[in-house]
Amino acid sequence: MTTYSTNEFKNGLKILLDSDPCAIIENEFVKPGKGQAFNRVRIRNLKTGRVVERTFKSGDTVEGADVVDVEMQYLYNDGEFWYFMSPETFEQLPADKNAVGEAAKWIKEQSLCLITLWNGVPLSVEPPNMMNLKVAETDPGVRGDTSGGGGKPATLETGAVVRVPLFINIGDTIKVNTQTGEYISRAKE
Amino acid sequence: MNAPAGGTTQWRPGASLADLRLRARLLQQTRAFFAARDVLEVETPLLCHAGAADAQLAQFDVRPAADETLYLQTSPEYAMKRLLAAGSGSIYQLCKAFRAHEKGALHNPEFTLVEWYRTGFTLQELIGETCALIEDLIRRPLLAMQIVRYQDVFRKTLDIDPFTATDAALAAVARHHDETASALSLDRDGWLDFLFSMHVAPCFPQDRLTVVRDYPPSQAVWARIEESGAARFEAYLGPIELANGFEEAVSHADYVARFGEEQRKRRARNLPAIAPDERLLAALAHGKFPECAGVALGFDRVVMLAAGARCLDEVISFTIDRI
Repeated sequence: MTTYSTNEFKNGLKILLDSDPCAIIENEFVKPGKGQAFNRVRIRNLKTGRVVERTFKSGDTVEGADVVDVEMQYLYNDGEFWYFMSPETFEQLPADKNAVGEAAKWIKEQSLCLITLWNGVPLSVEPPNMMNLKVAETDPGVRGDTSGGGGKPATLETGAVVRVPLFINIGDTIKVNTQTGEYISRAKE
Repeated sequence: MNAPAGGTTQWRPGASLADLRLRARLLQQTRAFFAARDVLEVETPLLCHAGAADAQLAQFDVRPAADETLYLQTSPEYAMKRLLAAGSGSIYQLCKAFRAHEKGALHNPEFTLVEWYRTGFTLQELIGETCALIEDLIRRPLLAMQIVRYQDVFRKTLDIDPFTATDAALAAVARHHDETASALSLDRDGWLDFLFSMHVAPCFPQDRLTVVRDYPPSQAVWARIEESGAARFEAYLGPIELANGFEEAVSHADYVARFGEEQRKRRARNLPAIAPDERLLAALAHGKFPECAGVALGFDRVVMLAAGARCLDEVISFTIDRI
């Protein structure tokens, strides 16, 4: 078990707070010249995403959280778990619905995802920033309209719904930004 | 240990050349201020045999040999008091002081202090001189300074009396005003420090010097204790603490008692024991320690405020992250 003193606090440090894994996002040192020193810290809970503020007495120690980010390839979903594989060790890991979260509607087989592991168990899944995905359902395309103005909703093969230009047809492959959910361009197969 | 990071950018100084020039001017101006008042400039060693007693201070130790430990001073106080006991009269010093682990926008483990002692001065006289020096160095118009009593400003801001409230009441007020305190467990002075530094001082008016005086006796440090509280003051510009001054306790017995008190606190907090500075005690017992008042001013913070900067890294050539 790793412990950290407040003297080692810095942005990005992963610690356990109320038994949840958290990341320090801001650390302010406060000390009256002749008095007790404090660390006033902003912390993101990596399970819930919530940000809280805590004050520690300087010199106090907290338990470190064994949190690492690894790249893994998405394999398949068995209805309960999403399975990922390390391209280096071929080790496979199941991630539950909480961990996969929003990523579920963007990823397809072989997508290389950033998985945050806590004690070896997936805590969150980050899809690739850009994905090329096939349009599964949308209103028929309007020939000749390449203006991109207006647009219409399209459901992609992975389940995400994005706004696309009117000329896009079912079966087209498009490039989307998974962070913003925005259509970028038409893509080659 | 960690190798220095950021090899391509961290070689550069944090301070701009303009601010390094400002620092140089303010150093000259400080010396001129004391020369005009006939206060003697002294230098005392940065290395000491005995560490600072204060349980709140962590020091750097230096081990030139396996059986020898020296400390880098946390302030020049003990050595300067020995000079006073030897009959120096009023003295000042511009020097480096070192406090381990103190690192942040307003802290650097190695920093520059102006510390001075005025024989025959009352606390009130020293407050006046401290504010005159700060105003001289800041070089822009400030609102008229205000002097407040610790008890009054605490009560006005938080509606609780810091002298008479129970420890539990102080903790309850802290938790009520500040949810970040939920998991904190502190002793009485810890709660006073928490409330004062995070909820009282931040309310001090901008562009005005606020002097706080008459501290609770448990926060006296080396001040003479009077009926109204400890004869200690702190000077703030806006919410930022700049100076800490005392009408000094003068008797050998006072110092023995307070060394003992800090040792007790260190034991209670599992901190390394620090032997009392026997040469300071000998100076108090055998020398002629004068009635005097002394103050330490954080020079780097003054430069920061004079430069209109927001953190020390902007006015120090190389802070700890750049060495």
